[in-house]
Amino acid sequence: MFRKNYPLLTISSEIELPYNYSLGKYGGRLVTELKQNGRIVGIKCPKCDHVYVPPRRVCGRCFIEMDEFVEVSNRGILQSFTVVYFSFLDPETGKKRPVPYGYGRIKLDGADSEFLHFLEESDFKKLKIGVTVEAVYNENRVGSFKDIKYFKKVEDGDPS
Amino acid sequence: MGRRVAIVGTGQTYHKSSRKDVNGVELIQEATSRALEDAGLTRKDIDAVVIGNMDHFEGINYVDTWSVDGNGGLYKPVMKVTTGGTTGTTVAIAGYYHVASGLFDTVLAIGWEKNSESDTTAAIITCSDPYWERPTFGGAVAGLAGTACEYMYKYGITERDAALVAVRDRKNALKNPYAHLRKQITVEEVLVSPMLAYPIKLLDICPRTDGACAVIFASEDKAKKIADKPAWIHQVSSRHNYTFLTDIERSGRMPTLYEACMEVYKNAGIRDPLHELDVVEMYTPSSFAGLVWIDALGVCDEGEAVRLVSDGVTEMSGEFPINPSGGVISTNCIGATGLIRVAEAAMQVSGKAGEHQIEGAKLALATGFGGCFWSDVLLIGSPRPN
Ligand SMILES: [Zn+2]
Repeated sequence: MFRKNYPLLTISSEIELPYNYSLGKYGGRLVTELKQNGRIVGIKCPKCDHVYVPPRRVCGRCFIEMDEFVEVSNRGILQSFTVVYFSFLDPETGKKRPVPYGYGRIKLDGADSEFLHFLEESDFKKLKIGVTVEAVYNENRVGSFKDIKYFKKVEDGDPS
Repeated sequence: MGRRVAIVGTGQTYHKSSRKDVNGVELIQEATSRALEDAGLTRKDIDAVVIGNMDHFEGINYVDTWSVDGNGGLYKPVMKVTTGGTTGTTVAIAGYYHVASGLFDTVLAIGWEKNSESDTTAAIITCSDPYWERPTFGGAVAGLAGTACEYMYKYGITERDAALVAVRDRKNALKNPYAHLRKQITVEEVLVSPMLAYPIKLLDICPRTDGACAVIFASEDKAKKIADKPAWIHQVSSRHNYTFLTDIERSGRMPTLYEACMEVYKNAGIRDPLHELDVVEMYTPSSFAGLVWIDALGVCDEGEAVRLVSDGVTEMSGEFPINPSGGVISTNCIGATGLIRVAEAAMQVSGKAGEHQIEGAKLALATGFGGCFWSDVLLIGSPRPN
């Protein structure tokens, strides 16, 4: 005998999947510079002169190998930002990412590509595209992208 | 140049935020059987299957084999394609390639998603660089919010301007029985809806939807026998962008969409898309994107999209109707979303769009958006291409 209606069930499950991701030939150099010298290095394409941060081996535009490191500034211009209010599962930690938090694309002086990082400010009314921001480092640096705590607004300005 | 190819059947599920009455395989079967029924074909008539969805959305990896019961591919070639948000349009383009190559006559393309089964943002974040970008990146909503900020800064558009897009699409969805969100909204309601990631609010962004779509591609000989009014593929184009989110070139019009459109127009001999295209099914993940990316369709000067939307040019009754289906802001089963654009464009030129039919539509454009701001474009028409 079959009943007409059975419950519509869902099952909950989690996949924990630890992995080891290679930062490539030059990723470790930036991490080391952040830790030891509190500075950011990029890499310059020998053909198109584009300076990339973080440094990587190949210029996708020219499809050739790069090997000329250049120091770029800890300061730059905020090109774009958002302040995130909705909470979601962070694949990095397996927990909900704390909100609100601000992050943005920063064009560091001396770089052509932009750098994605946290912003100190999490009130969108106080943020503006075109302002100058500067990296604030943690006191104890361990050799990580997160040795930069966040970027802090230093003055108002217009990139144009 | 490949063979001529036409769409001869389409099928969609009724889209909802959660379809607990079916598992993924059963959901896929619903769309597949509707497409076969629309074309008057059976599983036996299909030579190959292309299927796609988003990685990490359902906890299922080998979707091509896992879904064979529902995708109709038993003892046939089945291929999985996944390219992020563009998955649906890429599945369509792959289906087209199969038939255009001359190796297959009748090919089934399927896109599907059960968004309700995982944390969408967590899954999307895994598309970004694990070390340099993942800690900050807030997924599609936050990524689109960042670009929306830029558009406001660059073009002086307001949150109110963007809201017009959401209001238009949700109004159109009232005429589409398959649409997920079928409730009229107002500009004021968009503006006071909860802030998700500044400046994107809940009603500015696409929903999370459970649903599937299937589209059947056929060679010229077959298409003429199967369909009274085949929807011919006139042109397809894809443009990809860089690996790092921060490398994306953002000067001028949305570059990948603009380049893909220009290639399609050039190859199709289109000089005045505003007047030559009858309808557009545009992948508009957010209201802000749905505004500014109109520039990339090459139908107005840069920054003028606001005028087209506020003047009603993009309404169903306007000169350049966008998203009569209600678009992505009304329905977003992500792996299917791009394919729904293709299906809806085909339905329009075949005269099968029902209540949301644009009268006399002959030429339709379908677009896909995904990943690091890359784009797919398909031009679909009722006249047989040269
Ligand atoms: Zn280069």
